Amino acid sequence: MSTLQLLKKVLITTAPVMSGYIFLGIGFGVLLAKAGYGVPWAVLMCIVVYGGTMQYVGVSLIASSASIVSAAITTLAVNARHIFYGISMLPLYKGAGLKKPYLIFSLTDETYALTVDNLVPRGVDPHLFRFLVALFDHSYWIIGGALGALIGTKLSFNSTGIDFSMTALFITVFVKQWMTSHDHFPALTGLICTLGCLLIFGPENFLIPSMVSITLVLTLARKRIEASLAQDGTEKKETRNG
Amino acid sequence: MDDRHTIALIAVMSIGTIILRGLPFVLFKDKKTPPYVDYLGRVLPYSVMAMLVVYCMKDVSVFKAPHGLPEAIAGILTAGIFVKTRNTLASIIPGTICYMILVQLVFH
Repeated sequence: MSTLQLLKKVLITTAPVMSGYIFLGIGFGVLLAKAGYGVPWAVLMCIVVYGGTMQYVGVSLIASSASIVSAAITTLAVNARHIFYGISMLPLYKGAGLKKPYLIFSLTDETYALTVDNLVPRGVDPHLFRFLVALFDHSYWIIGGALGALIGTKLSFNSTGIDFSMTALFITVFVKQWMTSHDHFPALTGLICTLGCLLIFGPENFLIPSMVSITLVLTLARKRIEASLAQDGTEKKETRNG
Repeated sequence: MDDRHTIALIAVMSIGTIILRGLPFVLFKDKKTPPYVDYLGRVLPYSVMAMLVVYCMKDVSVFKAPHGLPEAIAGILTAGIFVKTRNTLASIIPGTICYMILVQLVFH
């Protein structure tokens, strides 16, 4: 595959994230500009913080001149779910060499969804492909943030609802996982634990209880799930041989 | 407003996020990953994707108008097209346009 073909492939793979990141980035930039911080600040945050929810929350932390301690606690609470992403990427990122630090740094919800989806084309170095996917996603986010801060409050296009593209991306990955796996226990665990915690703890505080309960249920059901995973593995081997 | 304090806040947000994203890699750096963590790594993607879908809809109320209808309709449309076509973009674009029409024109 030539470099041009590879870049084209990366562009197609990241296209679902492009529209969402550019528009969510614009939304962030506009908010930040309204709080009195222009393009350089937006670009800085998009480069070094690089997290959608975190940056939206960050605008209010900055605008209210929050304390360092409360910023630290908020960051840990909002982004705790990223620990899960790292755990699932341990095997995939093995041997990524110099690309590894950036792959880890850039593991956002959306890049995680694309990586889990494992869209690496045949004959391409998977680490290089994932690196480019991460880099493209990051670029969309930076471009969006800069554009938002630039146009500030002058936005005339009614983009209400465009953030649904992120939800839609997660839905498609969820459906794909559902169709390609026999044991729906892990997916249902995620769904039921998160919905339950949302009802009990409310939209501001449900993520950490969700993570704890998901880990707990998956731990308790380990024997059962490992057995069905092993079965899935044998079936795949059999189809390949047949 | 004090720019130095703002820089410090941004640094804290950045470092906090890096720590969370990097923690598993630091903890299991050289050693062979324990079987339990390896197991979690294999099953978590399924649970997490469900968690992310719920997370996106966290501010939707089924008790207040429009009762989560725009999310439900656009979500089912996205999932339905994906089941038919297995094409991510072909599902996300109509799903998002449908949602935008619903929240801007139908249920506003």
